[in-house]
Amino acid sequence: MWYASRATGVVALLLLTAVMILGLLVTRQGRLPGLPRFAVSGLHRNLSLLAAVFVVIHVLTAVFDGYVDIPITASVIPFTSPYERFWLGLGAVSLDLMLAAIVTSLLRRHLSRRAWRAVHLLAYLSWPVAWVHSMFSSGDLQHGVLLILAIGCAAAVVGGAAWRLIAAARDVPRAERVSVQMSAVHQQPEETTSR
Amino acid sequence: MTTATRQGSGDHVSGMGETGELPRLLPPAGPGGQAPDLTAHLARHGRLPYRERPGVLIGDIEQAGLTGRGGAAFPVHRKLAAVLEAAGRRGKTPTVIANGAESEPASDKDAMLLWLAPHLVLDGLQLAAEAVGADSAILYTHADREHDLGLRLRQALLERQVAGADRVPVQLALAPPRFLAGQETALVSHLAGGPAIPAFTPPRITERGMAGAPTLVQNVETLAHLALIARRGPGWFRAVGTGPEPGSMLATIRRPDGRPRITEVPLGMPLRDLLGDLAPESAVLLGGYHGTWLPAARAAGLSLDNRSLAPAGARVGAGVVISLPADRCGLVETANVVRYLAFESAGQCGPCLNGLPRIAAAFAELARGRSGPRTRADLERWAGLVTGRGACHHPDGTARFVRSALVTFAAEADRHERGRCSATSARPFLPIPAGSARTEKDWM
Amino acid sequence: MRAVSPASEKLLVNPIECAGHGTCAELLPELITLDEWGYPVVDPGPLPPGLERDARKAVSACPTLALRLLRA
Repeated sequence: MWYASRATGVVALLLLTAVMILGLLVTRQGRLPGLPRFAVSGLHRNLSLLAAVFVVIHVLTAVFDGYVDIPITASVIPFTSPYERFWLGLGAVSLDLMLAAIVTSLLRRHLSRRAWRAVHLLAYLSWPVAWVHSMFSSGDLQHGVLLILAIGCAAAVVGGAAWRLIAAARDVPRAERVSVQMSAVHQQPEETTSR
Repeated sequence: MTTATRQGSGDHVSGMGETGELPRLLPPAGPGGQAPDLTAHLARHGRLPYRERPGVLIGDIEQAGLTGRGGAAFPVHRKLAAVLEAAGRRGKTPTVIANGAESEPASDKDAMLLWLAPHLVLDGLQLAAEAVGADSAILYTHADREHDLGLRLRQALLERQVAGADRVPVQLALAPPRFLAGQETALVSHLAGGPAIPAFTPPRITERGMAGAPTLVQNVETLAHLALIARRGPGWFRAVGTGPEPGSMLATIRRPDGRPRITEVPLGMPLRDLLGDLAPESAVLLGGYHGTWLPAARAAGLSLDNRSLAPAGARVGAGVVISLPADRCGLVETANVVRYLAFESAGQCGPCLNGLPRIAAAFAELARGRSGPRTRADLERWAGLVTGRGACHHPDGTARFVRSALVTFAAEADRHERGRCSATSARPFLPIPAGSARTEKDWM
Repeated sequence: MRAVSPASEKLLVNPIECAGHGTCAELLPELITLDEWGYPVVDPGPLPPGLERDARKAVSACPTLALRLLRA
């Protein structure tokens, strides 16, 4: 069971990395080559639910393994596990944030846009915390293939987030959008009439 | 016919000989420019007839058939009833807002009304507040370049405070110089501290507006009529105008020769009487910059009421009636206005943000005689694409204006496509405000 | 023409929230097409009964929740 916990933890981290990348793509209206638009948002949602399942199995197998004492409440109340109090605590923090993002998304219709967005943006905190938890709760990700995997995931998320922030900084503020459009269409008189 | 002037912009004509009832809103001609004080106002109109309970006035307003004078002509009693009902159902105290931000560059009637008869508007504001059970009121106006309207309004409010005339406190608020500033949801957004940009409805502001409470927004002229109906009764209101469209309204008339004139006229007044003789090849613009161009020959046979104008595709709107001088080019004038309208888009909705600039650019090409074979078809297509697809009616109104220009000036457009223009004067006729909105601050 | 029940629904786009993702048009091409700028043009009529499930999927898939299903 302990082994199962470690394995599902790795899978969960990979899935959550994919969820983060897909989330970045959704917000910037990026596409996955060869796939329709709804695939990006659909995969983002479905993989997040799958990741949640793996996280739950990861938690349960760790709790019910007799080798170390981890009360089940420690999975959601941070820093209450006698075993590896700090690193497991980070896992609980990450899990809480992830659950908040998922639950608020399922109930999105009943929330204000601002409230939903504020909670969803906490994913940017949830993922790095999950990564640190993964890296230091056990020694698995500190050597070999898993280390390379962990670094690869970190590079993907950090790189993706940087790309997203730069692109967002270049977005035209609302009050300037019309001016930009007017300049654009007035510069190409041929194009405005030939489309 | 006597005239009184508000030092500067337009002439105020105080009445027509035959309809002895008028003027109702504007004070009778006298030495111009004097501040109409509360005493004079009460002497002319009598005391403010509070009804002592919410809802009571609504019946009179319904019988009078008063419709909004801000352009949409929505039945006032229905709006009052909607706010009162929403307030009761939701258990929230409503707010009332007098909308003096007419925003229409070709119209000046709201500013003139506030300058010459502020107490009538403020009376109407109090009565409307009482009718819906509001406990606060706001008077929202543009800054007036020529006169210190803010000062005059503050003086009027002070007088009323001293006399104990007002039951609901009134705050003055300033609108930014944007075309959309007077739009109901944009107004509420601005008063809540943000930019004056429209919000999506539902929910309508009569249901949920200022601070989430049911909100009544009424044009200042509408409130002035309401104040008189409360005193003189629905029958009196209906004594002028037409059956389905009763009462009088303030119209802004621009003839080719003189300056704009603001006149109080009965609804149903023949356009021929408002505009005088029209050169048959010229054109008339009805309603404002979201309105409709009509050939002068057609317009001459119509009257200033929606029943007469609707079959021609036009509406009374904010009562702007403009006769284009025969020596001007209707396409050039239209292009100037469309460019202004494009710059005044809030830029929130994809179709408007993309469509209006393209329409403006293509129309400019047509006006300059540099259009291609597809320009007019593109204009028609884009006009269709933007209509009904924004959060407000800015794209719709712009599209209506553009389409009416393409129809009314079709022969001129043919000439322009061949590189000719029949106009002999290049001087712009339609007023276009200088300076466009470039940053968020320009919307605040 | 088929009669529609009085309690039928219709689709509505909030054009302020709509960012032109285009997911709706992919999931409900019978009623939603994209204009030349990528924004949805929605059939304004009542929802045909057979398309109700697809309409709900499209509403749910909109990344900005701009698409809504309202009682007509």
